[in-house]
Amino acid sequence: MAHHETLTGAEILLKALVDQGVEVIFGYPGGAVLPIYDELFKQNRLRHVLVRHEQAAVHAAEGYARSTGKVGCVLVTSGPGATNAVTGLADALCDSVPLVCLTGQVPTHLIGNDAFQEADITGITRPCTKHNYLVKDTNDLARTVHEAFHVARSGRPGPVLIDLPKDVVQNKGEYVAPAKVKSKYKPQVKGDMKGIEKAVEMIAHAKRPIFYVGGGVINSGPAACQLLTQFVRMTGFPCTLTLMGLGAFPGSDPLFLGMLGMHGTVEANMAMHDCDLMINIGARFDDRVTGKLDGFAPKSKKIHVDIDPSSINKNVAVDLAIVGDCAHVLEDMIKAWKAKQARVDDKALKAWWAQIDRWRSSNCLAFEGSNKLIKPQYAIQRIYEMTKHRNPYICTEVGQHQMWAAQHLKFDLPHHWMTSGGLGTMGYGLPSAMGVQMAHPEALVIDIAGESSIQMNIQELATLVQHRLPVKVVILNNQYMGMVRQWQELIHGGRYSESHMIHHPDFVKLAEAFGAVGLRAESPSEVDGVINEMLAVDRPVVVEMRTDASENVFPMIMPGMAHNEMVLGPEDRSRDNPGSETDGMVLV
Amino acid sequence: MSNAVQEVNRHTIAVLVDNESGVLARVIGLFSGRGYNIESLTVAEVDPREKLSRITIVTSGTAMIIEQIKNQLRRLVPVHKVQDLTTQGPHVSRELALVKVSAGGEKRVESLRIADIFRARAIDSTNESFVFEVVGATDKVDAFIKLMEPLGLTDVSRTGVVAIARGPNPI
Repeated sequence: MAHHETLTGAEILLKALVDQGVEVIFGYPGGAVLPIYDELFKQNRLRHVLVRHEQAAVHAAEGYARSTGKVGCVLVTSGPGATNAVTGLADALCDSVPLVCLTGQVPTHLIGNDAFQEADITGITRPCTKHNYLVKDTNDLARTVHEAFHVARSGRPGPVLIDLPKDVVQNKGEYVAPAKVKSKYKPQVKGDMKGIEKAVEMIAHAKRPIFYVGGGVINSGPAACQLLTQFVRMTGFPCTLTLMGLGAFPGSDPLFLGMLGMHGTVEANMAMHDCDLMINIGARFDDRVTGKLDGFAPKSKKIHVDIDPSSINKNVAVDLAIVGDCAHVLEDMIKAWKAKQARVDDKALKAWWAQIDRWRSSNCLAFEGSNKLIKPQYAIQRIYEMTKHRNPYICTEVGQHQMWAAQHLKFDLPHHWMTSGGLGTMGYGLPSAMGVQMAHPEALVIDIAGESSIQMNIQELATLVQHRLPVKVVILNNQYMGMVRQWQELIHGGRYSESHMIHHPDFVKLAEAFGAVGLRAESPSEVDGVINEMLAVDRPVVVEMRTDASENVFPMIMPGMAHNEMVLGPEDRSRDNPGSETDGMVLV
Repeated sequence: MSNAVQEVNRHTIAVLVDNESGVLARVIGLFSGRGYNIESLTVAEVDPREKLSRITIVTSGTAMIIEQIKNQLRRLVPVHKVQDLTTQGPHVSRELALVKVSAGGEKRVESLRIADIFRARAIDSTNESFVFEVVGATDKVDAFIKLMEPLGLTDVSRTGVVAIARGPNPI
């Protein structure tokens, strides 16, 4: 690196991005970022994906980041460009996705003057980014970009925004290499050894243990997932995963109890409720997981491993907290386990598994098949069976289809499941799939969608076509905002207030209008055929499956209830379930 | 949960931050966004060379909330140190208030007499008013202001609490 090299701000910016390993930028140009786009035009090291709406740029970067473990990069203009990105940033913050979002800003001398396309975006995004910067001097630009990437990827990952006034990217300044930037931001990654040894002791003495594992393990990286799998198998303990954690432990392993929480399995939720030791690794006791806090695992001791100290004792008080990166802590835990020659309580564990197998035998995800109507669960099972040999990357939108996908798909690998968990952003899936496909051009990328969610960012079909991204979108069309309808049915007396979109577009024609392939299945007998057709095409495909409109997601922990108060589906009543009195449902 | 766990206590927290634009907004936004109390907040640069400012926050909450507040503060990138002065050992805290009293006759004399007891100084005077400067712990300042109320209190300006640990060690 030459010293005292003077470049324009835009040149410095792109150089810094390249030095940070950026390959792809998802963005949309506008007045304030024109100097940056001009610079992009002159080079070919950074690819740019032109989205159709800035929210989609952020979700695409999220998909890219979550499927690779790298930092996603977004470039949008000032004012509306930046405010459109806000939902995506909030989503990335909730789900701890590392992003750097570059926003244009009016020139420094106009800031605060209500200039054209001016928005106080650092003010607006302060609570929905991990950190943000307003660069006022071109000489600070390189350092700021390097620090932003460091902050985005270190500790608990998250989105970082850099606001770039137009004059700052036009003026000249000095480039600084990443190695010369020392950040004061240094989160703790090694766990306290005493705590880890205590944990090993607690684990060895547990009689009814469970691993409760979240997205933190996936964020920690593939090594963390391998160490987790190794440790769970060493102990022979049951393991449940959160929505964000799916893939951290192999979904096909017999020790896996399925997802827990509001739409988790009976065996996962009951085991959580009755456990005597809960080993939480990289999960945050989210309210959709815990249900009623007073009734949450009342008989348990709790160990919590998390890189973010503010996640500890936030919702649930724990008995042992270990602050650190999951991979480091798991590695030390396995070492300590071996050094102590610790052994699990085999006899107690056998009895615990016998109990878990009884819960498992309820087969809570079973559903009543149909020859006439496509059951959404059936559609998802068929997608799974027909594509699993290709290890597809699955994205979802938000709602019933998302929960069915989480319940019925099995992930044996991390980084293959992209869904909006914390914020629950409808419209996440399609742009996210775009980002995944950019990162993995040869892979099969499927967005499982609902007909309502998909319409929130459907304009991105044009992006798929333009960039030749062969994403497969499967719309489970049940004519309703399904999850809203389900809550209205179960909680609001069947008053379907505004959850029925009476008019939907013809998705097949719509796909074709965008230049994608449109397919439709209207009966179960057509499902395999359209999936085969979809897989055979090397272009973006939209498949509409007309599904049973009345299907609900079960099991369900109603809001304000505890894990052992799940509501099961109507078909469980017809099987041998004791205490089935309420019409159509069973309180376990 | 036991009463001890649910008990709400007042804590004085010292926070060392980078003196950069927006840092106070981050701290205040954290409190308002997460629904924590701020009873008092003071801020000023304390190290011009390192560009560090010190924020003193008086807040109240259960033990779990206070722990959350400290951890959430530590999560902010420009925050370097967070010290809970209430729990880490003995500390001293002071507040300064400027108290304007407007009255004539006996009340005017009485206000001077009370100011003397509180070691408050008159730092501005007209024929019908005084501005007193009073320094002390919050309850002393409270008491002084309360006594001034019937004597013609018209205006109060308070700094909020500044606090520091006793003994030789820095934050």
